Amino acid sequence: MANDMKILITGGHVIDPGQWNGMADVLIEEGKISAVEPNLRQKFQKVKGLKTIDAQGLLVCPGFVDVHVHFREPGFEYKETIATGSAAAVAGGFTSVCCMPNTHPVNDSRSITEFILAQAAAAGKARVFPIGAITKGSKGEELAEIGELLDAGCVAISDDGAPVMNSLVMRRAMEYASAFHLPVVDHCEDSMLSRGGSMHEGAVSTELGIPGIPKAAEEVMVARNIALAELTGSRLHLPHVSTVGSVRMVREAKGRGIPVTAEACPHHFSLTDEAVRSYDANAKMNPPLRTDEDVQAVKEGLRDNTIDVVATDHAPHAVQEKQLEFDAAPFGIIGLETAFPLTLNLVEEGLLSLEQAIAKLTREPARVFDLPHGTILPGVEADVTLIDPNATWVVDPARLHSLSRNTPFAGWTMKGRVVTTLVNGNVVYDRNET
Amino acid sequence: MSFKRKDLLGLAALSSEEMALILEAAESFQEVSGREIKKVPALRGKTVVNLFFEPSTRTRTSFELAAKRLSADVVNFSPSSSSVVKGETLLDTARNIESMQADILVLRHSSAGAAETLARNSRLSVINAGDGWHEHPTQALSDLLTIREKKGQVRDLQVAIVGDLAHSRVARSNIHALTKMGANVRVVGPPTMIPLSLHRLGVTVHHDFDKAISGVDVVLMLRLQLERQGRSLFPSIREYARLYGLTSERMERAAKDVLVMHPGPVNRGVEIAHDVVDGASAVILDQVANGVAVRMGLMYLLSQRN
Repeated sequence: MANDMKILITGGHVIDPGQWNGMADVLIEEGKISAVEPNLRQKFQKVKGLKTIDAQGLLVCPGFVDVHVHFREPGFEYKETIATGSAAAVAGGFTSVCCMPNTHPVNDSRSITEFILAQAAAAGKARVFPIGAITKGSKGEELAEIGELLDAGCVAISDDGAPVMNSLVMRRAMEYASAFHLPVVDHCEDSMLSRGGSMHEGAVSTELGIPGIPKAAEEVMVARNIALAELTGSRLHLPHVSTVGSVRMVREAKGRGIPVTAEACPHHFSLTDEAVRSYDANAKMNPPLRTDEDVQAVKEGLRDNTIDVVATDHAPHAVQEKQLEFDAAPFGIIGLETAFPLTLNLVEEGLLSLEQAIAKLTREPARVFDLPHGTILPGVEADVTLIDPNATWVVDPARLHSLSRNTPFAGWTMKGRVVTTLVNGNVVYDRNET
Repeated sequence: MSFKRKDLLGLAALSSEEMALILEAAESFQEVSGREIKKVPALRGKTVVNLFFEPSTRTRTSFELAAKRLSADVVNFSPSSSSVVKGETLLDTARNIESMQADILVLRHSSAGAAETLARNSRLSVINAGDGWHEHPTQALSDLLTIREKKGQVRDLQVAIVGDLAHSRVARSNIHALTKMGANVRVVGPPTMIPLSLHRLGVTVHHDFDKAISGVDVVLMLRLQLERQGRSLFPSIREYARLYGLTSERMERAAKDVLVMHPGPVNRGVEIAHDVVDGASAVILDQVANGVAVRMGLMYLLSQRN
């Protein structure tokens, strides 16, 4: 589709957090937002070549931004490719995604970063922003060429999946990254404390006889990383915060002005470790599903902005891998296509306003990683998501766009559905065409 | 009441009535093992497959003898490695066995939940012969039968389970069995071997064996996995034996007619002193004998299902 097309999205309820919340039309010209105002239709209805998208009854939002996905390419294309991952992204309303470097080989070099960007461009769906490795091969030993990774297009650094256990290496990474003002993302897990564990350590793991991962495995690393951010002045982003203690420490650190941001995953505020009782490996992820007390703390953290963003940690794995014995199955679940309705549940519960919920999927994640997206202010590239907030649907894993099927939400009735997604002014997902 | 289940996966889900039914069936088969011709035709024409992913001699032998004394055909299948290493999933292995028209699958596996996952995806009757740290239901039923035999009943007995509760499937199954049958269960061990929130299963938690053994009617000693030394669970076998070993001095604090039990194999001089193993209170070999009867009773009930 040519970018010189003019598109008018009419009659919708526009929510651009902090900018607009009300009825308005959205005009897109040359792939950019050119106006967000009521009644643009009358002004433009005679313009030649104007394509109109009727958004009556729909929410019109900036395209969602996910700072935490795993697209498995290169190396594990049987789980997900950049093409299938970005198709799942736009079907879930996400127009920008940041992909973790734990591919094979690890994204610790310019050539892998450029490969990912080229595959994303070829797929032509969502914008894909690579996250580079902190250390070479994510081995936790020597720093990767962080300056070069940034230059090649990386937006943050992380050894996600493999926590940086050596605190001195982490200190040096933070110091070094601070020269570029680059966010450092650390999967907080003391791998000695968590060794052998497959689920949250507590009453349920005791009953099931499954080796546990204690909350402390996450919390000691959250504490360490906050201390190092304070020492170095580096930006620190904490992914998938899952425990009461982690939320409390982030809140305290923010209160003292330490440059820390945090994310929560929909599964960590929608499910508890009770979901593991059937030994279904689709309820196995890391950090694991915790207790009700932790779910409440994560929700409270989202409410009071201790937790800045909702991110999916979309982690595809093949059916045969998730059919293995619970302790042998890999960690992780897919999340891109269920994230919005699960976040909308927080609005239904009265925890967040609709605008706050949208902000955690748009403006806030864009801010955390300095992406020029997550808004539809005139002048920005036109990434827009249209949602029917009242549509209900049942999650059928076979009908999701991801190459993998590993979701614990199979059979759930969801409220809120993405209808149309535009990236750069092009329709990249239209529910009526799939 | 009749036994309606397809599988026996654990005792957490069983009612006391269902457990009583298995024990009654076991009692009716006890005398078979004492006959000159140790065989009844109850399972003639049925096929029992012992699928053991973990090395086991006594449990596998016990299941094999039980099936043979019921006249079933028995096949032992002991893959040396787990499915992950082998490249075939557990479910595929089970489907192969199912295709050979087996009737009962006895599964021993190092992963908790393996039996449950398999049972959900298979027509076979699955018996859990131990899954990770989760459950070992036939062992606990044998223990229950032994206690009932010696004490007449289980209700209101004071039972101590001693040792590494965290890594013990025998302990979990026994806790379910004993509490459901009305016994008072205290667990004893160093805090490193007591899993979080264990009290929620209806037991009291103790760390001082000398105090906890006071007045108990049954003391069930768990096997110490010697290879766990060096993983910071206990400083040395010497210290473990001193604090948590069952000696004749410690036994004096228990009830006079205390039963000493152990699922075997015993580390003599570690969890139980040599003289106690061979003493009058020990019923360790009765547990083994009853194991065959319980497995016979269980397989009979499962085969009567349709």
